[in-house]
Amino acid sequence: MLLYALKRFIGAWPTLLILIAIAFFMIRAAPGGPFDSERNLNPEIEANLRAAYHLDEPLIAQFGRYLSNLARGDFGPSFQYKNYTVTELIAAGFPVSLKLGGLAMVLALVLGVAIGTLAALRHNRPADRISMAVAMTGISIPNFVMAPLLVLVFAIYLGWLPAGGLGDGSLSHLVLPVISLALPQVAYISRLTRGSMIEVLNSPFIRTARAKGLPERKVVLGHALKPALLPVVSYLGPATASIITGSVVIEQIFGVPGLGRFFVQGALNRDYTLVMGVVVFYGVLIIAFNFLVDIIYARLDPRVSYR
Amino acid sequence: MNEQALTQAVKNPGRSLWSDARRRLLTNRAAVGAGIVLIVLTLLAIVGPWLSPYSYDQTDWAMISIPPDLASGHVFGTDSLGRDLFVRTLEGGRISLLVGVVATLVSLFIGVIWGATAGYFGGRVDHMMMRIVDILYAMPFMFFVILLMVMFGRNILLIFVAIGAINWLDMARIVRGQTLSLKEKEFVEAAEAMGVGGVDIIRRHIVPNLLGVVVVYVTLTIPQVILVESFLSFLGLGVQEPMTSWGALVNEGAQEMESSPWMLVIPAVFLATTLFCFNFIGDGLRDALDPKDR
Repeated sequence: MLLYALKRFIGAWPTLLILIAIAFFMIRAAPGGPFDSERNLNPEIEANLRAAYHLDEPLIAQFGRYLSNLARGDFGPSFQYKNYTVTELIAAGFPVSLKLGGLAMVLALVLGVAIGTLAALRHNRPADRISMAVAMTGISIPNFVMAPLLVLVFAIYLGWLPAGGLGDGSLSHLVLPVISLALPQVAYISRLTRGSMIEVLNSPFIRTARAKGLPERKVVLGHALKPALLPVVSYLGPATASIITGSVVIEQIFGVPGLGRFFVQGALNRDYTLVMGVVVFYGVLIIAFNFLVDIIYARLDPRVSYR
Repeated sequence: MNEQALTQAVKNPGRSLWSDARRRLLTNRAAVGAGIVLIVLTLLAIVGPWLSPYSYDQTDWAMISIPPDLASGHVFGTDSLGRDLFVRTLEGGRISLLVGVVATLVSLFIGVIWGATAGYFGGRVDHMMMRIVDILYAMPFMFFVILLMVMFGRNILLIFVAIGAINWLDMARIVRGQTLSLKEKEFVEAAEAMGVGGVDIIRRHIVPNLLGVVVVYVTLTIPQVILVESFLSFLGLGVQEPMTSWGALVNEGAQEMESSPWMLVIPAVFLATTLFCFNFIGDGLRDALDPKDR
């Protein structure tokens, strides 16, 4: 088991390096440079500036420098927010995004598994049909469509909830963003749970459990749930990725000052270091999370061989 | 197939995989309904803009933000620049559907070739190719696409290629899995015994037999791709004004929703309906072609 974890851990590093390399060289291949906006820059000053940012070195050396700075948690200076480093911006934005994304993830898991299990228990009956039709709708309505519609109904017409911002940080400001972020995932997880639950409920060991007279509640929660959750566990990696991606638009729509909003603002203002910093940061996060999920999965599923 | 076999096959219509699948698909009312809606939507997007007296970029300062109204001829109303929303919605639909189809073809092309090659040759080649897929799988691609858009400007061709290029990974995995089982089949063995080369076996024997899986997967990829494009356009990184797509329209609508909610609701309904239909057809096709799930 430990060996397996170690192997997966080592295996994650090349992925990480490739991720950083793609992001780095992609930025450098971009036409234009960070100082293009400074009007009538004296060539001498520009040369000095370039030297100060080490932009005059060969590309490979710059890449090495970026990597070693990165290892120390330094993402470089932001071009747009002149007095901040990218590290400071990430440190400011990430906690907000984490709160939003974490709540959405928990909501998606709890609701998704519950709905999926109930649908499986009512297989092919009206409750199943209805919940799966609703789930299909949830998958088909993108979160950036759902979010403004929710605002329109609950904030503008009904006036129950605030339309955006974080306000005093109270829960009511988080309700709409979290719901719009979680809904597609709720839909997906419930479909996933339903499918695997139906399969598990038809397997021999469940028949045995029923034959020995266990109450249905115990059969489902005690025996069927764990194996039925395996596909959900392996979906956690992609789910995290799509919640992170989703948070980019959701934060934009609701004006939540999180990392995703920095990313979009940075992208629109061509703040290359900020954009790159966010990509690398989230990339590392996703890779790390995938690693964790692999380990958890291996622990849960005895069929996985620790090669 | 030579001529004799062909006439034989025509005279003797057995129940092929495809006729079985068609029968099952046609009894699936949800899928058939979704198909009809989708055809109507597509025809409307193609023909609609020609039928309207307005064009998608024509502004009318006397008709700013009017709600849907039959009398003025603006059936879906107008936006904040006085442009007719009916034409803009359909024009946006053209772009969204076009991106969906073209980018899916790109991903189909890369994915099938990659997966079939890896699966057929197996061994070290397979290991290497699938390791690359694994690594790419862990990348936050949406961010890369946004990065691309920022750096190289909003170019519709780039959108096609970029979105297609990020969506081939699943296709490659599925195709590889199928190929692994196909290459053990007798007809592949027979072709190998006759001295047919690897590339020809992939082209003539493997790829045609992958069709079922691929068709299902293509119908499920199209909505994903449309979603990615609308996501980009929503962020203002997709198609460029005055050209539009459903994502861009939803974005414009979201900014004006307090005063003119129809600007948000109409394109949102079109986008959601299209995605809904594609997903339903994909599900229906999967049930039809792969009956063991029922």
